[in-house]
Amino acid sequence: MKVVVDMNKCQDHGQCVFASPDVFSMDDDGHLAYVPDPDDALRDEVEEAADVCPLQAIRIEG
Amino acid sequence: MTELPGRIVVAGASLGGLRAAEQLRAAGWTGAVTVVGDEPHMPYNRPPLSKEVLAGKAPFESLALTPKPAAADVEWRLGTKVVEARLAERTVELDDGSVLPYGGLVVATGMRPRRLSCPGPLVGRHTVRTLADARALRDELARPGARVVVIGAGFIGCEVAATAVGLGVREVTVVDPLPLPMVGPLGELLARALRTRHEQRGVRFALGATVAGFEGDDRVTGVVLGDGSVLAADVVVESVGSVANVEWLRGNGLDLADGVLTDEQLRVGGRPEVVAVGDVARFPNARYDGVARRVEHWSVPSDTARHAARVLASHLNGADAELPPFAPLPTFWSDQHDFRLQSFGAPALGRDDVRVLDGDPADDVLAGYHADGRLVGVVALGGQAATRGAARYRAQLLRQPALTA
Ligand SMILES: Cc1cc2nc3c(=O)[nH]c(=O)nc-3n(C[C@H](O)[C@H](O)[C@H](O)COP(=O)(O)OP(=O)(O)OC[C@H]3O[C@@H](n4cnc5c(N)ncnc54)[C@H](O)[C@@H]3O)c2cc1C
Ligand code: SF4
Repeated sequence: MKVVVDMNKCQDHGQCVFASPDVFSMDDDGHLAYVPDPDDALRDEVEEAADVCPLQAIRIEG
Repeated sequence: MTELPGRIVVAGASLGGLRAAEQLRAAGWTGAVTVVGDEPHMPYNRPPLSKEVLAGKAPFESLALTPKPAAADVEWRLGTKVVEARLAERTVELDDGSVLPYGGLVVATGMRPRRLSCPGPLVGRHTVRTLADARALRDELARPGARVVVIGAGFIGCEVAATAVGLGVREVTVVDPLPLPMVGPLGELLARALRTRHEQRGVRFALGATVAGFEGDDRVTGVVLGDGSVLAADVVVESVGSVANVEWLRGNGLDLADGVLTDEQLRVGGRPEVVAVGDVARFPNARYDGVARRVEHWSVPSDTARHAARVLASHLNGADAELPPFAPLPTFWSDQHDFRLQSFGAPALGRDDVRVLDGDPADDVLAGYHADGRLVGVVALGGQAATRGAARYRAQLLRQPALTA
């Protein structure tokens, strides 16, 4: 599975981090960091992360 | 008895309707799903309508919500209104005259802005709920030298005022009968800090003031306040709360006093085949006091849809598994000027006992809201650091047992 976050849209809300802490995290400056190619076993939580992103900045490909 | 039609009708094609359709598939419903929505558009995201999109920082096209692949076979009947539901017969009637029988019904018709009924011209007066609303308002805010009066200092009013200042309009005044902006949800401490921040950035307030009428012939030129004074206005924005779209449910013996009342499983009128989601649902939250409330937060359509879809799909699939009662942790944010409000939990329930957990109201601040000495919600006001501070309390709020326990 491939995850793409549109960093032009992302406003570091961090909602994705609650939904899928294995894939999304906040770095020390409060900016989003994420794993671009997470294991398929994490699909449910990544989909939830995409749902809860207020800017709808997260896209799942494949 | 005839067999039930294998179709779920979703009334309302916004965030709640979209998430309901997607979650029905995720919950194992393989039958037909028809979503009926009276707006001409596919579901879109509303929050940027008062923020980035109104400011012109993001294009209108960026609002589109992308349905999940699993919901690709959902039928969308857009530009079509549900005019009546006959729950006993399990049918809904649409404004094109057709009647749809259903096996399951999802109520997702949301809210519309409340309008002021006081006298005066209508032209130049705006609300912000739909794409069309935001387009019309954006055109007017772009007029050089516009004087803007925002009526209602709730979150939408505060956001629009901030966006208008950012657009460089001549002046912005926010009118509200209450003494402080957003004081209902935030309580005094943060509401005062919010007011100061807005004033520092150029927003004026007329608080403790009511609106008696509007001046102008073919279009509005001023807002008349209760004390007779007049605020000159080229553009007026009415953000005075919202009204639930429930007229189509009348005549079915439902409690429609404020949205549609549901039980703790989001079922409507004691019917296992009818559920409600999103802004329109007045549901008890098992996490708190069990009192049914509507919650107009963006997180609610997704949370309610996930639960309601499981309830409905399991009933229609004959499983009728009793799920634990719905108990979401409310989350809310609002972006105004260069700062953000971020809340977790139910601060309004703890408005009488607000403590500063971190920071300082003049700067980044994190406030805790308590009921019976217990933390029931946190709100951060400020920049990144404050928001992250609020997130740290989220786990604690999630762990807590119900207030009634
Ligand atoms: C300008 C604005 C800014 C916001 N900003 C934030 C924010 O920063 N943070 C936050 O947490 N929340 C915010 N919200 C709230 C959030 O957007 C709402 O909670 C959310 O849109 C609710 O979704 P919904 O699907 O339940 O209802 P709605 O979005 O109201 O959708 C209901 C849909 O049903 C349609 N409909 C109504 N009656 C009928 C009928 N009889 N037949 C067919 N269709 C019908 C309506 O036209 C509408 O399309 C904001 C809302 C607005 C308007
Ligand atoms: S939820 Fe969305 S906006 Fe927030 S950090 Fe994640 S991707 Fe960015």
